[in-house]
Amino acid sequence: MELTLTNTALIAERAAAPKRTRPARRNIPMVVKLAYRNLFHDRLSFAVTIVGIVFSVVLVAIQSGIYLGSEKKISAIIDKAPADLWIVPLGTKSYDDPSFLAGRERHMAISTSGVQSVEDMVVSFARWRKPQGGSQTVLLVGSDLQSDRPLPWNIAEGSSDGMTAADTVAIDKSYYPDLGINTMADHAEINGVTVEIAATTKRIRSFTTLPFVFTSIENARRLTGAQQNQASYERVLLTPEANLEDVRSELAIRLPDTEVLTQAEFVTRSQSYWLFQTGAGAALIAGAVLGLIVGIVIVAQTLYSSTKDHINEFATLRALGAGRGYIVKVILMQAVLSGLIGYSLGIILALGVITAAQDTKLTVIMTPHLAAALFAITIGMCVFAAISAIVKVVRIDPAVVFSR
Amino acid sequence: MSQPHNSKVILEAQGIVKVLGEAPNQAKVLKGIDLQLHTGELTLLMGPSGSGKTTLLSILGCILSPSEGRLTLAGHSTQNVGPEGLADLRRRHVGFIFQGYNLVPTLTAVENVMLALDLRDQNGPDAYDNAATALEAVGLGHRIEAMPSKMSGGEKQRVAIARALAGSPSVILADEPTAALDGTNGMAVMELLARVAKDTQRAVLAVTHDHRTLQYADRIVTIDDGLILKSERPKLETEGVAKTDATAH
Repeated sequence: MELTLTNTALIAERAAAPKRTRPARRNIPMVVKLAYRNLFHDRLSFAVTIVGIVFSVVLVAIQSGIYLGSEKKISAIIDKAPADLWIVPLGTKSYDDPSFLAGRERHMAISTSGVQSVEDMVVSFARWRKPQGGSQTVLLVGSDLQSDRPLPWNIAEGSSDGMTAADTVAIDKSYYPDLGINTMADHAEINGVTVEIAATTKRIRSFTTLPFVFTSIENARRLTGAQQNQASYERVLLTPEANLEDVRSELAIRLPDTEVLTQAEFVTRSQSYWLFQTGAGAALIAGAVLGLIVGIVIVAQTLYSSTKDHINEFATLRALGAGRGYIVKVILMQAVLSGLIGYSLGIILALGVITAAQDTKLTVIMTPHLAAALFAITIGMCVFAAISAIVKVVRIDPAVVFSR
Repeated sequence: MSQPHNSKVILEAQGIVKVLGEAPNQAKVLKGIDLQLHTGELTLLMGPSGSGKTTLLSILGCILSPSEGRLTLAGHSTQNVGPEGLADLRRRHVGFIFQGYNLVPTLTAVENVMLALDLRDQNGPDAYDNAATALEAVGLGHRIEAMPSKMSGGEKQRVAIARALAGSPSVILADEPTAALDGTNGMAVMELLARVAKDTQRAVLAVTHDHRTLQYADRIVTIDDGLILKSERPKLETEGVAKTDATAH
């Protein structure tokens, strides 16, 4: 072995010589290279980390997706037939907690300045008798079929025109087994009145176990025994120039036994009732938090273990003059890389589950916002999980390199 | 103290005392060390186990702070400098060679050298070429993409030397650089360190027990019980130029 040239001379010679063929990976920053090499060094530990993150991502994605799906299901009818203001019976907890208004509200509302139109909506529990016998409680939804936003939507078979006939209804195909229906030709009874199925819908499911049964407002009144002027809710649309708060105040004064809610308030009230007052939402959130905790623990454990395994290298780096920031960057990069890989696999798996659940009773939703939030949560989780490893590594005494 | 022509003092320790442990179990490991390292010189630090060699090396390398005394490295005093400041001094001025090589096992030879360049913010587009050049300089041009696990002890130590050279620190500190090597490789490494000192005008200090390495030394410092017993310049002495230039405190 001969040191025949000084570094300076060699470098000068090299500058004049053709560049050597270098591996493409040379341009990867050293912090990143060190991080992923550390990660991949122990493949079993890395696999455990990734499985933990994937588990966490899928769990949080599904729980959050069910939560969003629940929100959507709870407010689906309000969302599909939006109004500027809703007149609801005093004390209404949610859309599907129906009772009847007194009956004069529609006329009082239409005569209020700034109101363009008012539509009645009947929502009522009803007893559905199956063709083969047996019964099921349903939520009967009666609305104006000539409305600019007629219910139901997503009609798969039949048409809303067919629902104008007396005693005709529309149900969702997914409720066929619950309602004892095999084909559209089947007849059932609602509160003792024989009804015909004029249309079936696709993917309109209620948040509760009660199936929706859609019909015209006239049919709904007849089937529930309501008076001809009675409704559960009044859907109020305002003129373009009307001030919503002014009209709302006026309606509140004129209709003392009701509440006048904005669209957003009615949606939020319905969602809050089902998701928080019943505890259903809390359970979903708890599941998501549990997923996060599991992810944090697994990532923290494996990162800490990896840091311990590589402690000699980190001590060497410190001895060579690496600042704490440099070493912390390596650990954080390991955490971020784990998060990126875990998230990518997790979100693919979660999307698969969501796709598979599309035509089941479970409504799971993935939105771009949720995907972005999950990404941020995953990276945040991994960075948080890196704290114990960082604490370990910044306490390294570089002097240990001489004793190893 | 006599010294070779054209060399300058790059590292100076004055009255270094190091006390380790907590009272009442304190141990005074270094008891007042005065030492200068000159550019272009290979200095061997010798002494029995427990004499304080490694502690002194740690202090000279700004890894440990002395309990008393002053250390000046490349014109920078280390007094009242915190851990991050010391790390900065190490990064800019000191290259380390360890007994156990301490290469990063997950990086190739060239990447290990590039790591040292990266720490010294010399991570530009020429980093790969510069690292490869450093490896060529230690005779490992054909092994630049080898993983440490596939290298012999001698090759690993040469990678460690290339890593220490990368970024041109002014001082190279080596802790028992031949201890894990066979005789042939050990002598090759010492010859390389001597050439590094000469050809690159760096100060090289190597802690060693190995008396076969004495032939490469420009200066031999002997330490025992925390004190420098003697400091000799065997080559100059042989040439009749100078003699022992320090004695025990």
